[in-house]
Amino acid sequence: MIKSYEKDFLISLLERMMLVRKFEEKLQALFLDGKLHGTTHLGIGEEASSVGATFALKTQDYLFATHRGHGQVIAKGTDVKKIMAEMFGKRTGVSSGLGGSMHLVDVQKGVLGTNGIVGANLPLACGTALSIKMKGEKDKVATVFFGDGASNEGVIHESMNIASIWNLPVIFILVNNGYSVSKKLFEVTKNTDLANRATMYGFSGYDVDGNNVLEVYETVKKAREDVLAGKGPVLIVANTYRISGHSKSDNNFYRDEGEIAKEKVKDPITAFIGLLKGENLVFDDEIAFLENKVNSLIDEAVDFAIKAPEPTIDDVIKRVYAE
Amino acid sequence: MKKITYAKAIKEGISEEMRRDSTVFMIGEDIGVYRGTFGVSDGMLEEFSKERIIDTPVSETAFMGVAIGSAMTGLRPVVELMFSDFMAVCYDQIINQAAKMHFAFKEKVPMVIRTASGAGTGASFQHSQSLEQMYAHVPGLKVVMPATPYDAKGLIKSAIKDDNPVVFLESKALYNDEDYIPDDEYSIPLGVADVKREGKDVSIITYGRMVKTALESAKRLEKEGVDVEIIDLRTLVPLDTNAIISTAKKTGRVLIVHEAVKFAGFGGEILSTIIESDAFNFLKTNVRRLGLGYHAIPFNKNLEEEVFPTVEKIEFEIKDMLKQKSQD
Repeated sequence: MIKSYEKDFLISLLERMMLVRKFEEKLQALFLDGKLHGTTHLGIGEEASSVGATFALKTQDYLFATHRGHGQVIAKGTDVKKIMAEMFGKRTGVSSGLGGSMHLVDVQKGVLGTNGIVGANLPLACGTALSIKMKGEKDKVATVFFGDGASNEGVIHESMNIASIWNLPVIFILVNNGYSVSKKLFEVTKNTDLANRATMYGFSGYDVDGNNVLEVYETVKKAREDVLAGKGPVLIVANTYRISGHSKSDNNFYRDEGEIAKEKVKDPITAFIGLLKGENLVFDDEIAFLENKVNSLIDEAVDFAIKAPEPTIDDVIKRVYAE
Repeated sequence: MKKITYAKAIKEGISEEMRRDSTVFMIGEDIGVYRGTFGVSDGMLEEFSKERIIDTPVSETAFMGVAIGSAMTGLRPVVELMFSDFMAVCYDQIINQAAKMHFAFKEKVPMVIRTASGAGTGASFQHSQSLEQMYAHVPGLKVVMPATPYDAKGLIKSAIKDDNPVVFLESKALYNDEDYIPDDEYSIPLGVADVKREGKDVSIITYGRMVKTALESAKRLEKEGVDVEIIDLRTLVPLDTNAIISTAKKTGRVLIVHEAVKFAGFGGEILSTIIESDAFNFLKTNVRRLGLGYHAIPFNKNLEEEVFPTVEKIEFEIKDMLKQKSQD
């Protein structure tokens, strides 16, 4: 199976997952060092869902990410320097230093933002899908990430219903990372079969192993084809595990170290390396090379961010309205 | 010139923009076959088809978000939110999404949120509120509140052409009011107040449905030799502060009138505009405000009328202000 992929493609998947991981590990270190201001939501452990999904998309496809969206945005191809500069609140950041972690945008790459309000990005994505449809754009879809926590927001129901009746070209990607801040899925919803929710709206829903980058990739690729063929929206539930805490304030009171250790065994990056090595598709020296490459990209990004200029009050005032 | 209702004037303005620009479309509840709860989109489905007059499910949050998403990607939606009270249902999309999009993206989000505001139709307290100050308090939104068919048409055209989210509050009690408008196309820029009546003794600064009430009071007061000036703000954001300041300087007596709750209402902003400027030195009496008391809007027909500023209440305040002068 795996042999049917080009080696370069497999390596690029691995490299992007490593880039996302290193970026977030660096953020964690910077926060602990008191170098970053505010808060952030890390998605360590969720890299396969971000990278697998976005690699199945094209640059022109719209992507709406979540508040835990660094990985989703990096995976779509946004320059890590500009994201890091945003984390530092600098003028060269993706949102000119005015947005921060929850407001990463990259219009050129189709990234229409991470969003601080859980679930609020679903109707926005449906709006861009309506736009694609009204303009008759071919080979373009809208995608939106959200979490198991967001899945209990009323707006999710409204959006899926509208996407379905209007047959919108939109893919809903639910990253089920096990926790809605501190609550396990079964504590906040009776029927935990989230993919099955699609059937009540009259479209297809798929459950995938969110730690398996190739499974996510194949499912999103198929979904994109179906959506473009006019078969209507698709819901994909990528089941994974958030190794990192909810945010900076998380003390992991709701889970024990044993649980985290057990889930770490299924780490998507380690799993993918194991798979590639088992098939002799990658060797230790190549992994070491990738690690070095990714580390230096992150170091350059931090350096770029630190040296970047600060935004001004004038930037703030000018951003309120379009001229 | 032709005679036209407030509702038809809005329809004409939107229709002209839809003919001119294929990216303009309407979206909302029951705007197609039903023609909109207040009949504004009468005949539009026939002219523009269901692809551009889009009926939605009863999902205010979703269709508001859909409109924003479409505006982020090159379209110009005109949303009909059935009653302005329903903004509470979709507040997140308006406040946290639409109003913040340019701040986040540096991209245009050209959209209009049209909604029926105010009382006077017996719709009771969940369908009659004037919530304009809640929109005006959120940077990133523009807020328009036309008082006449002429203004409604000219302002809706500018709202559609604006590259920002514009909240367009239509006074539901005015939908059937008639007025003469030019046969030719015209538009009225946002942010420009209008002197609805020139006068020298007292200024009434108002907007929306209360413009009509103020004009009636002025007519009555004229018979008693009182010359009232009436400033219709037309747009709350951007606010025409020059118009407010110059009328205050001109007459030295200002009565602010709005339908919204007086406490923490937009009138406070108008008052501050005056007293924070050099117009303060021209004041002959205290600036006064009339608005709804600090309570919900009652259903009872008499009470529904009584709780708002009326012709009589305005007359009383103005006479009292003039008396204050003679006492000085």
